[in-house]
Amino acid sequence: MIVAKRKPFDEIMELLQDYKKVLTVGCGTCVAVCLAGGEKEVAVLNSELDMARKLADNPIELGSTTLERQCDREYLDELASKVDEYDALLSMACGVGIQFLAERYPEKPVLPAVDTSGLAVNQSVGFYEERCRSCQQCVLGWTGGICPVTMCAKGLYNGPCGGTNLGSCEIDPEQPCAWYMIHERLAKQGRIDNIKNICSAVGWKDTVPRTLIQPGYKKPEEEGA
Amino acid sequence: MSTDNGYKSGSNLEKVLKAGHFAFTGELGPPRGTGAEEVLEKAQHLKGVVDAVNITDNQTAVVRMSSWAASLLLVQEGLEPNFQMVCRDRNRLAMQGDILGVYTHGVRNMLCLSGDHAKFGDHPDAKGVFDIDSMQLIAMVKQMRDEGKFLGGADIEHPPKIFIGAAANPFAEPYDWRPHRLSKKIDAGVDFIQTQCIYNMDRFREFIKVANDMGLTEKCYILAGVTPMKSVGMAKYMKNKVPGMDVPDDTIKRLQGAEKGKVAAEGIKMACEQIEEFKEMDGVHGVHLMAIEWEHKVPEIAEQAKVLPRPQVD
Ligand code: SF4
Ligand code: SF4
Repeated sequence: MIVAKRKPFDEIMELLQDYKKVLTVGCGTCVAVCLAGGEKEVAVLNSELDMARKLADNPIELGSTTLERQCDREYLDELASKVDEYDALLSMACGVGIQFLAERYPEKPVLPAVDTSGLAVNQSVGFYEERCRSCQQCVLGWTGGICPVTMCAKGLYNGPCGGTNLGSCEIDPEQPCAWYMIHERLAKQGRIDNIKNICSAVGWKDTVPRTLIQPGYKKPEEEGA
Repeated sequence: MSTDNGYKSGSNLEKVLKAGHFAFTGELGPPRGTGAEEVLEKAQHLKGVVDAVNITDNQTAVVRMSSWAASLLLVQEGLEPNFQMVCRDRNRLAMQGDILGVYTHGVRNMLCLSGDHAKFGDHPDAKGVFDIDSMQLIAMVKQMRDEGKFLGGADIEHPPKIFIGAAANPFAEPYDWRPHRLSKKIDAGVDFIQTQCIYNMDRFREFIKVANDMGLTEKCYILAGVTPMKSVGMAKYMKNKVPGMDVPDDTIKRLQGAEKGKVAAEGIKMACEQIEEFKEMDGVHGVHLMAIEWEHKVPEIAEQAKVLPRPQVD
């Protein structure tokens, strides 16, 4: 899932300082599961903001709503009757949801209440580990199901480098070396030959804004054509 | 493919190795500023004492005078640089541009490295480039040299003829993978290897034995990395703080046992003993002496290690 963390409270206060009436918009999907921007987090943030603005002698009127998904136009439409009442929208969705909200209501300032950090797994309650950088050419098939793009600190395709330290990455004894793990897993599976050939220079796919069209589908503007 | 004279690059290092001499290379770290004198002063100690001088590239991710610029200073002084290039700081365009540039100015050797992570250095928040990795860099330099083509496929006018080097660390896990990694570097096109500093001789002997058995040491030249210990503190620091470094307790004990004021001399003695063993070791073709900030000691070490005078190969 996509994981995010609430921004430092002071930063949110600063973003909102010029607004008197703000709608806080949560998202019921990834950010709710990772405890950053679901219904509960919206309620907590609003009560903290309410109190802080009162103390600062600059009261704010806050509304709250949590959509099923902010990355889905259908759910964003639900807000159409409400947004006019507010000076600004404070989104607790991931970066994708925040932008889609801003795109749907371009006349309103849309502000982020979270920092989105990536595609991660839930290792225990409240603890997430990044696993994918969406490189668009997945190599997990020959790396034993361990992503070197994400898990190797240098994103090497022909690791491990010379910095591997007792199975840890050179950057931190707490950080396992991705290539050490890849080697271990492939060795156990008898697939070490997978990494004996050189992986040649990568043609990066993420250097331009990407779009994706599934087979049999078209861009919306082409549909009528 | 080779140049008309049978050499891939015609560098002094290549000539020395090809003639079957035991090579001896040194290292020089460029200054944290613009002082050319500092480079030249260090270079003077190495002149005539080593076959080529590695010029480090923002080593340990700390900003220094660029390795190409310091390499050119050496060329002007009549020393042969081994131009180091890390994948951390440049993308493939900048790398290829720099390779053309240094070659134009007389650089003939290159060492292709991944580079330490920026986290260690003086700009820990810098974004690492790693557009290509060290393996891909080796392959790119080989393609430029032997096929006369850029990575993107276009032809190069007057391709750069570079003697291609890389590093190997026999002391980083997984140990049994390290010879295979060396083999990959050979497949990528490496001509010579300079190893990580060696202290654990048992592990190194083991590594070379496997490399010999795999036939790897016939396909590229291996220069064993040696760094003399200056003090007990340095040995402990290397052991505990430098990732991928293997300093056995015996090394530290021997330094601790040295008389007061004689620790550095003991360190040099240990390095010379190592060099003596490497001269006799099958599959080792030379020594790379990394006496960082100790360049003035190199002539003395070379003398004591009996690697002087350096061979002249035409
Ligand atoms: S290789 Fe890694 S970053 Fe790329 S798609 Fe697969 S998991 Fe994601
Ligand atoms: S130590 Fe391992 S994870 Fe860290 S940069 Fe090197 S290969 Fe990558």
